[in-house]
Amino acid sequence: MQTFSHILKGHFDENPDRVCIYLLHPNQPDLPVTYRDLMRGAAGYAKTFKKEGILPGEVLVLILQHGIDLVFAYFGAILHGAIPSIMPFLTEKLLPERYRADLASLISITRPTGVVTYEDFEDEVRSALMPEDSVRTVILSGHIESPCNPDFESQGGMGRNTNDIVLLQHSSGTTGLQKGIALSHRAVINQLESYRVVLGLNEEKDIVVSWLPLYHDMGLIACFILPILLKVPIVLLSPFDWIRAPYRLLQAVSTYKGTLSWLPNFAFNFCALKIRDRQLEGVDLSSWRAVINCSEPMRLESNQAFFDRFERFGLRYEALATCYAMAENVFAVTQGGIGESVKVDEIDRDGLHVERVARTPIDGKATLKMLSAGKPIPNVKVQILDGDGIPLPDRIIGEIALNSNCMLTGYYNRPEETRKAFLKGWYLTGDYGYLADGEIYITGRKKDLIIVGGKNVYPQDIELLAMEVPKAHPGRVVVFGVFNEELGTEDVVLIAEVRTEDPEENERISDQIRQVVTRGSAIALRQVLLVGEKWLIKTSSGKIARLANREKYLKGIKSTDH
Amino acid sequence: MNSEISTKLTTYISTEILKQPNRTIDPEAALISGGIIDSFSLVDLALYIEDEFGVHIDDFELNSSTFDNINQLVKLIESRDQ
Repeated sequence: MQTFSHILKGHFDENPDRVCIYLLHPNQPDLPVTYRDLMRGAAGYAKTFKKEGILPGEVLVLILQHGIDLVFAYFGAILHGAIPSIMPFLTEKLLPERYRADLASLISITRPTGVVTYEDFEDEVRSALMPEDSVRTVILSGHIESPCNPDFESQGGMGRNTNDIVLLQHSSGTTGLQKGIALSHRAVINQLESYRVVLGLNEEKDIVVSWLPLYHDMGLIACFILPILLKVPIVLLSPFDWIRAPYRLLQAVSTYKGTLSWLPNFAFNFCALKIRDRQLEGVDLSSWRAVINCSEPMRLESNQAFFDRFERFGLRYEALATCYAMAENVFAVTQGGIGESVKVDEIDRDGLHVERVARTPIDGKATLKMLSAGKPIPNVKVQILDGDGIPLPDRIIGEIALNSNCMLTGYYNRPEETRKAFLKGWYLTGDYGYLADGEIYITGRKKDLIIVGGKNVYPQDIELLAMEVPKAHPGRVVVFGVFNEELGTEDVVLIAEVRTEDPEENERISDQIRQVVTRGSAIALRQVLLVGEKWLIKTSSGKIARLANREKYLKGIKSTDH
Repeated sequence: MNSEISTKLTTYISTEILKQPNRTIDPEAALISGGIIDSFSLVDLALYIEDEFGVHIDDFELNSSTFDNINQLVKLIESRDQ
């Protein structure tokens, strides 16, 4: 088996003029990057890393936004044999102090020896550094050696072993980014070899179009590493631009005759709702053979809304696909809807909610239409386990566990976390679901995790932030997610027992809570509900019961609706 | 300063974006950097301004350096509505 650097050398030698990436920026001409450009730019970075004393096997944190610097820095690290890890950039909503604290925490656990960033951001990075930490150098994108032909034989990347770690992915939590998922060359290549077959990838015909951030597995693996290593061109937009102009994705598909895209569920709703016809003049989506719904709970309604909206622009129904993926398995666990429509399983609603079985509908009773996540890809085995770790038969809901030849090496520098994630060699996903006729259906998750627009939000982090507001004491604040049908993702709701007699005072408190939460986590609360004392339900040990309070809140909404 | 534009913007933001129709918004309150409007809603605001006032705001202008409060937004609309 080859390593990343060997594969890249092959492309540089054999297909130097082939375009691997089209980088899109609003108001600028599109920038095509060939394998020659890519490896020459990467070689400039690799030379700089060597000069700065970075050794192969050491971690480099990249704090760069969408653009050529990020692309070159990433592959420069690979070529040098260092381990790249992309950290999200500071957004204007997030408080700089919070960002610094996250960065300091990442550094203390991951122990990178270098950070790569822009001149403008150097002060921000330096303010997160401590005298005794691992970082020896901050490398600035304006001070990089010029692109040059790589002398592959002298590159650290060529000496890496297939079992060595090639990259780290940091799971996108609200605060703290401590869980770096370490992946080996072997794991990533095994994933790509298996997934390419399921996707039916054709390097002469396929083009990936993506706006996804590269610090997330879907963006990094499916829309960056996979196409570049497998010689499928990518058209890359920035997430920052897409959220402000979602039509740019469809224009790019039309212009480049894009065939494959991966999107989180909310993006299907977002595109369907927020793109006007006048922004789509001349757009033809008939080249799209797979638009893959992935990374958030996927909903039939979201796929349908997307199809209804864009059918008249040439979108084909068979193009709608689904995938269940996680960074711990490099990326895909299952894939559905390639070459056929995604399966839909109609089941009895009470059976799912009360008895935790997915049985066929009973006459006259409410049903649910479940969207299949597809079948496990060939190198991945999936089991559904009960609470004792015993495999369950078809149509019984349990925890999804997997076993593959593309699992993580471990959570970087977190052996205890790694050990806890596995049961007898099976990785426990924390997601609930069931199997039926070889297809996997996801029904929920074990932890109180909320997923907002593809981003993982831990309620306890938000509760902690809200407690910075006077009177919002521990045990008097609760946060949970409520699915928003229109947006296709979860809304974050916060309830605090701090209501006063004065409506203006209440508004002021709500505003303060919204502000500390947004500035501390970059998450906007959909609703802040102030309630009187003793509203919140607690467990016998005095802890706030999130699920019970969520039920109470939903019942309250129902009763005011009628 | 055109108070009609200001009122319309305030009503739109509180009713359609925040879903809190009774809420008052200080015309100097930081909308983007203060977290009142999240990035998911910026496109709605731009489309509303285009439909209601016939003023186009490009997507790459949708950030706090172009406008961050209602007063700045009113000025921007007025300056383009010539």
